[in-house]
Amino acid sequence: MATVSLHSLVKRYGNVPVVHGIDLEVADREFIALVGPSGCGKSTTLRMIAGLEDISGGEIRIGGRKVNDLPPRSRNISMVFQSYALYPHMTVAENMGFSLKIAGKPQGEIEARVAEAAKTLGLEELLERRPSQLSGGQRQRVAMGRAIVRNPEVFLFDEPLSNLDAKLRTQMRIEIKKLHAKVNSTVIYVTHDQVEAMTLADRIVIMRDGHIEQVGTPEDVFRRPATRFVAGFIGSPPMNLQEATVEDGTLVFAGGETLPLPRQFRDKVEAGRKVVFGLRPDDLYPTGHGIHSGEETEVHEVEQAVMLTEPLGNETLVFTEFAAREWVSRMLNPKLLKPGEKVRLSFDLSQAHLFDTETGTTLRT
Amino acid sequence: MKSWRLLAPYLLLLPAFIVLAAVVVVPLLLSLYSSFTPFRLTRPDSIWTFIGLRNYERLFTDWEFWVAFGRTVLLLTVALNLEMVLGLGLAVLVEKATRGQRLLRTIMMFPMMFSPVLVGFQFKFMFNDNIGLINNALQGLGLTDRAIPWLIDGTLAFIAILTAEIWSSTAVFAIFILAGLMAMPKEPVEAARVDGCTPWQTFRYVTWPYLMPFAFIAMTIRSLDIARAYDIVKIMTDGGPAKRTEILWTLIARTGYSDARMGLANAMAYIAILLSIVFTAMFFRQLAKARAQIAAEW
Repeated sequence: MATVSLHSLVKRYGNVPVVHGIDLEVADREFIALVGPSGCGKSTTLRMIAGLEDISGGEIRIGGRKVNDLPPRSRNISMVFQSYALYPHMTVAENMGFSLKIAGKPQGEIEARVAEAAKTLGLEELLERRPSQLSGGQRQRVAMGRAIVRNPEVFLFDEPLSNLDAKLRTQMRIEIKKLHAKVNSTVIYVTHDQVEAMTLADRIVIMRDGHIEQVGTPEDVFRRPATRFVAGFIGSPPMNLQEATVEDGTLVFAGGETLPLPRQFRDKVEAGRKVVFGLRPDDLYPTGHGIHSGEETEVHEVEQAVMLTEPLGNETLVFTEFAAREWVSRMLNPKLLKPGEKVRLSFDLSQAHLFDTETGTTLRT
Repeated sequence: MKSWRLLAPYLLLLPAFIVLAAVVVVPLLLSLYSSFTPFRLTRPDSIWTFIGLRNYERLFTDWEFWVAFGRTVLLLTVALNLEMVLGLGLAVLVEKATRGQRLLRTIMMFPMMFSPVLVGFQFKFMFNDNIGLINNALQGLGLTDRAIPWLIDGTLAFIAILTAEIWSSTAVFAIFILAGLMAMPKEPVEAARVDGCTPWQTFRYVTWPYLMPFAFIAMTIRSLDIARAYDIVKIMTDGGPAKRTEILWTLIARTGYSDARMGLANAMAYIAILLSIVFTAMFFRQLAKARAQIAAEW
């Protein structure tokens, strides 16, 4: 098992930089998720760790050993690809045992290790089939089997579930989590799906435009987003974000609407400062229908007209307009609301976030 | 009325049937029939003398015919193998080119744009023992001081013909294999690299199985080409000297036109066609197997 460290890692295609000198320390046996919108450099970063892309600058160490110039085969890693990348001309057993065969392991050992991996993944019945005779979920499992038989120091996953349908994705997510508990090795997992990142990872790395925006536990990035981007990216539906100016203990929005400046920011933000106010839909709810976090709630109520509702069964998303913007609120124990109906909305300001308009960084300290 | 409706499809197809019969079926049957006669172009009456399988019986014990047959198979085997290796090398190199790939592909196909007759003349000139470029170069480099009799010695002449054949048609393999390389998904190759393969192992175990169907298509086309090879050999050596480079079709043409024994020539031609059919069937079977193996969807 091994640690992975990235130091000022840079990737350039010609003169176009796509990864701008990122630093990251992955602990031994940690499950790290790299998440971000397409084109943020997460896959490129993973492929540099794998050795499939040249490194334009900086350093990668696996288990303390500098691997910049090592070919993928010398890095002791396994990788699961989005497209599965199975060898179509080999059976499932041959696919899984291929790396061992190349390494010159005796046939008996290959069979034993393939059988063990097949058992872990429930592939025993399929060992003699070809990839073309398998379903998407089965192929995905074979790809994972191929990765685990090698017993590598680091597992790299490149969006492994994006080609599966929603139901299968949920199922495979749970299997990956079980697998990590069982094989207990370092995992770096790239995804654009924040739910996967939140549910699987010990720590999440949120990337944008080749930079790291925040590294933290799922709780950290959800509760304490470091930047406006993270706040908007993590959480579904996304956080309500609106620009405002701080004036004398209040937040004044463009249309003249006001909210009290949340207590936790009162001494930290000077008057006249332009900020972005953020509040999760969970912390904005029709009065009486919220999650009562209990301690130190600071609730401010505003009456608004309902624009639209999205009933989800156990809850309803209520869309209202406030300060020239659509705000989403989450209504628990829902009751029927009609468009146009007036509703009292509770803003739980103790949970509110403020970000600097210019830099996008949080003003919470 | 009803019978009209039944007849209509046949009537509409009739022109096509007539044309096909006139240009394909009748000549084919006629040539097949003539292979059972002692037909000579100089004695047109002889086409009416039916002699059964005598032409074929004679060919079975005709040493000269079987030498030409064997030489054709040898030419086919050696040329196909060398063309495949060279074509594969070319394709891999061109695929690696990051710039000017389109230009390289075009240049690669130049030899295919020349008429085989011209290729024959060009190589005949280059391999000429007195004024040829090859001997000139070998002597100029001090590798030999003799005039090597390229087109006179049987083995050397075979090599010279082989060279011309390979020069003109390696591009067929290169183009097909390049198409395979470009169509092949990149991920299995990357997976193989991560799985511990050296570049050679990656090629051997992952890339090559993908390319095999493409190579077999090229092989089928080229085996048909070489099995009916005529023009280059006709120009360079005309099967000589003293029949040392005689292949099937130079022999057939000589028998049919110079010796005017068309009945016998047709019998030879039917045996030669069998050879082509055997090779085509063999390569098609291999192609099907290779396609099934990579689960090709085309």
